[in-house]
Amino acid sequence: MNKIRFFYILIFLLFLNPKTSFGLIEVDITRGNLNPLPIAVSPLFVEIKSIKAFQNLLKKKNVGEDIATVVEKNLKSSGLFNPLKKEAFLQKPDIAHLKPRFEDWSLIKAQALITGEVKFENEKLRVEFRLWDVLAGKEMMALAFTTVPENWRRVGHIITDKVYQRLTGEKGYFDTRIIYVSEEGPKTNRVKKLAIMDQDGFNTKYLTLGNELVLTPRFNPTNQMVTYLSYFKNLPRVYLLDIETGVQEVVGDFPGMTFAPRFSPDGKKIIMSFAKDGNSDIYTMDLENRIVEKITNHPSIDTSPSFSPDGKYICFNSDRSGYQQIYVMKSDGSKVKRISFGKGLYGTPVWSPRGDLIAFTKLHKGKFYIGVMRVDGSGERLLTENYYQEAPSWSPNGRVLIFYRETKSDSEGRGFSAKLWSIDLTGYNERLVDTETDASDPSWSSLLSE
Amino acid sequence: MKLNKILNKTLLIVFAAVLLSACATKKVTNQMQGDVYTGKETIEYLASGVPDRVFFATNESVLTTASRETLRKQASWLRKNSKISVVLEGHADERGTREYNLALGERRANAAKDYLMTYGISGNRISVISYGKERPVDSGSNPLAWSKNRRSVTVKAN
Repeated sequence: MNKIRFFYILIFLLFLNPKTSFGLIEVDITRGNLNPLPIAVSPLFVEIKSIKAFQNLLKKKNVGEDIATVVEKNLKSSGLFNPLKKEAFLQKPDIAHLKPRFEDWSLIKAQALITGEVKFENEKLRVEFRLWDVLAGKEMMALAFTTVPENWRRVGHIITDKVYQRLTGEKGYFDTRIIYVSEEGPKTNRVKKLAIMDQDGFNTKYLTLGNELVLTPRFNPTNQMVTYLSYFKNLPRVYLLDIETGVQEVVGDFPGMTFAPRFSPDGKKIIMSFAKDGNSDIYTMDLENRIVEKITNHPSIDTSPSFSPDGKYICFNSDRSGYQQIYVMKSDGSKVKRISFGKGLYGTPVWSPRGDLIAFTKLHKGKFYIGVMRVDGSGERLLTENYYQEAPSWSPNGRVLIFYRETKSDSEGRGFSAKLWSIDLTGYNERLVDTETDASDPSWSSLLSE
Repeated sequence: MKLNKILNKTLLIVFAAVLLSACATKKVTNQMQGDVYTGKETIEYLASGVPDRVFFATNESVLTTASRETLRKQASWLRKNSKISVVLEGHADERGTREYNLALGERRANAAKDYLMTYGISGNRISVISYGKERPVDSGSNPLAWSKNRRSVTVKAN
């Protein structure tokens, strides 16, 4: 159905005079995009008085150009768009924003155009932007909003989200953050810290000092809290951290290691593993009334639990068959069903925010894969193969996975690195995600501006 | 004719097996048996003749004959030094997912703990911690390095 529509539009644009056509641009995100849409992001216009105000405040020569660069970089990273070089632009930003001369933009092969204006008003940054369909010669969207000037990068992310949504029909994932573990030092004694950054690698902040080992941080649905594993005082336990206040607390009072934590979709519970006497089972703890419930009860290892977005089911990792496989059960622990049956070992299942897929790590014949399958285990698709990679985390719109990848090292540990990578659900558009240090265990936030 | 074919096949398989095992024995140079580490590197001693660690096969927490011998030595040393308590540190190699490896390290250390307890050491004197794949002793990305890292190490706690 989708494919047919795509062809129809393509033909439509090719054979009709663009100016008289009624079909506006659409970007199909359900397949690998081999022809990214050529888009021109005109620098946002800033009048002279505002330029000076922003220069004083932000130490930026031209914040309008910088915001446009953020948008361009975002669009490019999606793999769906091809932002055109600014040197080729014929029209000045202010004039283009009023009324683009579409012939000028189609001359440089732009199919879509973003224009805008930034103003310094009442100590705030006010931005107004428009999205134009160059071939149809029409405005597709116009929006304005106001924020504190320090938020100028977020302005770029929000613009990208709006443009992405208008052109693909699905929500964006650009005004988001990644929490991850920053790694430094020799392989035998890595120093690990919790770190948080914007989705594009900017504004990195470190949330712990590296005095104790920390692993597997995950956001709550409102992105204010993080649950993670800390070896504080050499007692590996699941912790809760309030990002704003920095307050940390142990989750529950377990007489042994708790690990592999995640929030329930309503944010009210933490689900995790508790290991005792060589056996790991899955537990939940209600954060309000502190009630602990045992969800699995099996002498095998049960770990890596992840709720379905409606909270009714849990997928998890268990070796009850003899080897690591993926299972699904109801959230009360009943109706346990194995869903992975392919060759190899399966781990780290994570339920997609759209509810229809489970992402996983697979180990087969010495190679590691990131893949997805339907929640009944059918339709397994491997997206990427490598020497070592694991721990996928979904973008909030369920279109992109972020994970970490490690490289081989020699006997002295030379050659070792751990980096974050992202890949499209289609299996295309694999990209290194910039981080200040080596990095692992990424977890994607939900959209911040909702 | 048919029999011949079968015989041929069998011979081939036997031949292949001989070749393979020849390869395997050559490769290990008394450092590994199967994929369990049997060498002496990285081992430290709790006391003279009492090695501090035991090694495991990939994804396994079963104690080998050699591991059981090491643990019996540890148990007899602990019986003689009744004031000493120990921490058993369980570890995994880097070829597994982080969370599963944490559980696996815990299972390995507990396998060692259970064995010490059957040799008369009180559970009160033994605590267990898993580091999963976080603290390898050998940085290499090769089967021998991994075999050294799949371990449970007995460490004096006081």
